[in-house]
Amino acid sequence: MLFKPISQNFNDFVIDRDKERCINCEVCVRQCSYEAHFWDDARQCVMHDNTKCVGCHRCEALCPTGCLTIKKNPADFRDNALWTPTYMKHIYKQGDTGGILLSGMGSPSAKPIYWDNLQLDASQVTNPSIDPLREPMELRTYLGSKPDKVEVEETPEGPRLKTKIGPQIKLEYPMMFSAMSFGSINFNLHKAMAMAATELGIVYNTGEGGLHPTLYKYGANTIVQVASGRFGVHKDYLNAGAAIEIKVGQGAKPGIGGHLPGEKIDEEVSKTRMVPVGSDAISPAPHHDIYSIEDLLQLIYALKEATEYRVPVSVKIAAVHNAPAIASGIVRAGADIVVLDGFRGGTGAAPTMIRDNVGIPVELALAQVDNRLRDEGIRNWASLVVAGGTRCSADVIKAIALGADAVYIATSALVAVGCTLCGRCYTGKCPWGIATNEARLKKRQNPEIAAKRLTNLVKAWGHEIQEMLGGMGLNSIESLRGNRDKLRGIGLNEVELDILGVKHAGR
Amino acid sequence: MRRVYPNKDFCIGCHICELACLTAHSESKDLIIAVREEQASGLRPCKAVYEKGPVCVSLSCRHCENPTCVTACISGALYKDEETGKTKYDESKCVGCWSCLMACPFGAIRRNPSKGKIIKCDLCEGRDMPACVQACPNAALSYEDR
Amino acid sequence: MTYVIVGNGVASVGAIEGIRKLDKEGRIIVVSEENTPTYGRPLISYFLAGKIGLDRMSLRPDDYYEKNNIELKLGSRVTALDPGKKTITLASGESLGYDKLLLATGGIPFMPPIKGLEGSGIYNFTTLAHAETLIQLSQAIRKVVVIGGGLIGLKAAEGLFDNGLSVTIVELAPRVLSAAFDDVAGKLVSNRLENEGLHIRCGNTVEEVLRGDNGDVVGVRLTNGDVLECEAVVVAIGVVPSLCPAKEAGLNIRRGIKVDDYLQTSAADVYAAGDAAEAYDMIMDDARVTPIWPNAYSQGYYAGMNMTEKKKEKHPGGLAMNAIAFYGMATASLGLVNPAPEDGCDVFTYVDEERQAYRKLVFRNDKLIGYVLVGDIDFAGLYTGFVRFQLPLTDEVKQDLKDGQPSALLWPEHDFETRWTPECE
Repeated sequence: MLFKPISQNFNDFVIDRDKERCINCEVCVRQCSYEAHFWDDARQCVMHDNTKCVGCHRCEALCPTGCLTIKKNPADFRDNALWTPTYMKHIYKQGDTGGILLSGMGSPSAKPIYWDNLQLDASQVTNPSIDPLREPMELRTYLGSKPDKVEVEETPEGPRLKTKIGPQIKLEYPMMFSAMSFGSINFNLHKAMAMAATELGIVYNTGEGGLHPTLYKYGANTIVQVASGRFGVHKDYLNAGAAIEIKVGQGAKPGIGGHLPGEKIDEEVSKTRMVPVGSDAISPAPHHDIYSIEDLLQLIYALKEATEYRVPVSVKIAAVHNAPAIASGIVRAGADIVVLDGFRGGTGAAPTMIRDNVGIPVELALAQVDNRLRDEGIRNWASLVVAGGTRCSADVIKAIALGADAVYIATSALVAVGCTLCGRCYTGKCPWGIATNEARLKKRQNPEIAAKRLTNLVKAWGHEIQEMLGGMGLNSIESLRGNRDKLRGIGLNEVELDILGVKHAGR
Repeated sequence: MRRVYPNKDFCIGCHICELACLTAHSESKDLIIAVREEQASGLRPCKAVYEKGPVCVSLSCRHCENPTCVTACISGALYKDEETGKTKYDESKCVGCWSCLMACPFGAIRRNPSKGKIIKCDLCEGRDMPACVQACPNAALSYEDR
Repeated sequence: MTYVIVGNGVASVGAIEGIRKLDKEGRIIVVSEENTPTYGRPLISYFLAGKIGLDRMSLRPDDYYEKNNIELKLGSRVTALDPGKKTITLASGESLGYDKLLLATGGIPFMPPIKGLEGSGIYNFTTLAHAETLIQLSQAIRKVVVIGGGLIGLKAAEGLFDNGLSVTIVELAPRVLSAAFDDVAGKLVSNRLENEGLHIRCGNTVEEVLRGDNGDVVGVRLTNGDVLECEAVVVAIGVVPSLCPAKEAGLNIRRGIKVDDYLQTSAADVYAAGDAAEAYDMIMDDARVTPIWPNAYSQGYYAGMNMTEKKKEKHPGGLAMNAIAFYGMATASLGLVNPAPEDGCDVFTYVDEERQAYRKLVFRNDKLIGYVLVGDIDFAGLYTGFVRFQLPLTDEVKQDLKDGQPSALLWPEHDFETRWTPECE
């Protein structure tokens, strides 16, 4: 505790150990990967070092006598509305290290969350509500390019679709597990996502880390990602999935690339990513072969050629100022799906300044992109997916009403398997066994359990979405898409309402 | 028969199974009392967690089909229950000769140092699910008929 | 099918259980010289020491014979066997026919040729009856000499001492427990016993039992000329196979009744198990008499199964093992513990004088083939696993064993998957 830089003693958390209940069983000692708990040989009991606590609550969750409580450090700096402890601690840290600040998970900053300012409608008397327990309620949706018109021909067996429809991803729920690379999270969770997606009839995204050979069998429920580092990309990989996603940008760190520290690159990650064990895997900020929409078009068609036009190609961008124009270009370049990733989206590691200060709320980007594509008459050319900070089924249904076809979830999936958003993913020491490839830590995620929890989460949200749809008198999720009349804003100004394309509550 | 099977791929080495076992076999059925008081008077868990590098596994009596401990038992304290298939232990008959402890090639028998008798898994007699299996936070123990 | 089992020790119980596992119907007749149902023979030392009463001697529940449908002929000595006619004759003259016969006749105390050994005041310690006699005896006398510093001798001495007698143990070898232990372990045990107040004379033996005018024992004279005063002598050197009626019937005999891997003797339909049998030993890779409890049971069990003809199972081979405690000092020894130099073994020893702990491991060809533990015996079983399954050891694993840290995770992966956690058994 003593004899270390003074600033390190301004710790965020304190460990409260109820000595009445502590039995010195050392469960906390074994669980804490940051060594905040330790066996004190001199005192012959378990002790702790508050300065090492990251506030992950793993010890608290597993303490068999419930003697631990992790609390915010009550030590207060003098009140100052401008110089909050967060900023002061940033500066102390940088004074110590001279480096850029790193953070894990999405931005915790207190910026508007528009989902919370949107209210859903419900039927009363007219257009009566539907009870999903008694009547069919369709959550199935398809992602991919839809034709401008369809032609049907009569045959002796009945009517038949004459128009050839491009490749689609079939989703039984309007949700997908978002890109988290194998390496940033470990194999057990990749397997869990694959198992859950298969069970649910949805898809998960590999992220930029390739696909482990043992997971190819889940290909029908997998989106394979191609990003600027091209890690793990080869012909079999491209052909393994139900779709390919070109990742141009990430909501948590728009404009910059990725950096998987060498510590997280073990034998399996190395083989899958096709990089040496222990070497940092750096994804460049731009794709070095994409400097224009035309370049993007070439990559899209190169991937379509490689997969013989069997699977849709998606392009993911961070929600930034010009999102509508960029999205229009992407659709015109041949993308079948456009993904907008908001600034609250998670990450394994991002420079704190970028995470908290770059990009725009995905709600606004979504509404504007949807408008733009409609205005241009090309909305049907591509499906629209939003990602970044979807916390509950209401967020999902609001996104769909704003114009999304489906939603990517990642942080909520991690929370379902234990993540407490301590935000230290980049250390590779995740005590919950999520963002780590350390052998003794990663096994904390049993894929069977994790898959079950992920399945439960999506099913639960599915039930809630059905209830809310029924309440609005709708019996299919596709009837809600872009139906902004089902939304009303509260506490929003005229500009915000205008951008969102919703009326204020009461109107 | 149903046995407790360990899964070393997902054992996280927390030792909670041992604590659950201790509590289940304590007088008080209270973990804190079991550890602080009853352990001092000889109570021990039937389970043991072994660790080697990052690998760990929680083991206890396998309730073998042909248990060597029963062959080695000189007092008739250990016997095979014909109906359930369990390898049972009658503490009142044990004389603490430690023959079984030596004979069991799985090292699944321990000593109660105070009583001078052995300690061995009874699959939590009277419970539907052994306490260790129930307590394991990572499903690294299963109770099943394979 | 009629099974006749001669003897009612643990080999006999093993046989009953082996037979009944496969044959619930067959007639089983157990003939025993002793008058009691099967008891835990090693328990006689606990009984002698007053640690347990008669009520705790029985090895199986009271309804055991009834439940297993066994005809019990207690107090009946077998005098003859005719393998041709497949009959045995009892001392009463009664003749019993069998389809399958098991000779589980056990061992009889070895009586060395010592002058003055015939006559009163000389006792053994292998049966419950012996123990009862010694308890009565200890009311009447003060000093006793025990000949034999092996397991039986020491346990007899301990029991007599607990009954208030002054006890001297006389052992021919330079240390106690010469067969199962080595010098260091023997020394730790003899120190323990001497600290309690027992007397031990090693490297010596009784040359003559001295008797008074009335023929009563008054002392013994040792080979070095020392005379020890005593009122009784307990001869507890060990047991030799009881060969009646096998010998007379012409069965193949070396030290014990020779049996094959299936426990069958040289005569058709006649099997042998336990202290009377000379069977394959897995470590010695040779046939020998290993008069220990677990071997007797498992030989009986395999003999029983094979006698039903419903299964033909090779016995995995005997494994010498002894676990025994002296006044709280636990010891365990298993397999080959005193290899000869020509055996080419790698022997590791570790002594902790302060904690009175000792560990000896005997390796051969990168396998563990024996061990001695004194004091810290909690890991004995884990060491046993390495011996019993002859698990191959890497240098790293060997080191862990030497460091006193055996673990199931040191097993080769395949053995762990197939033996420890098999999909089914």
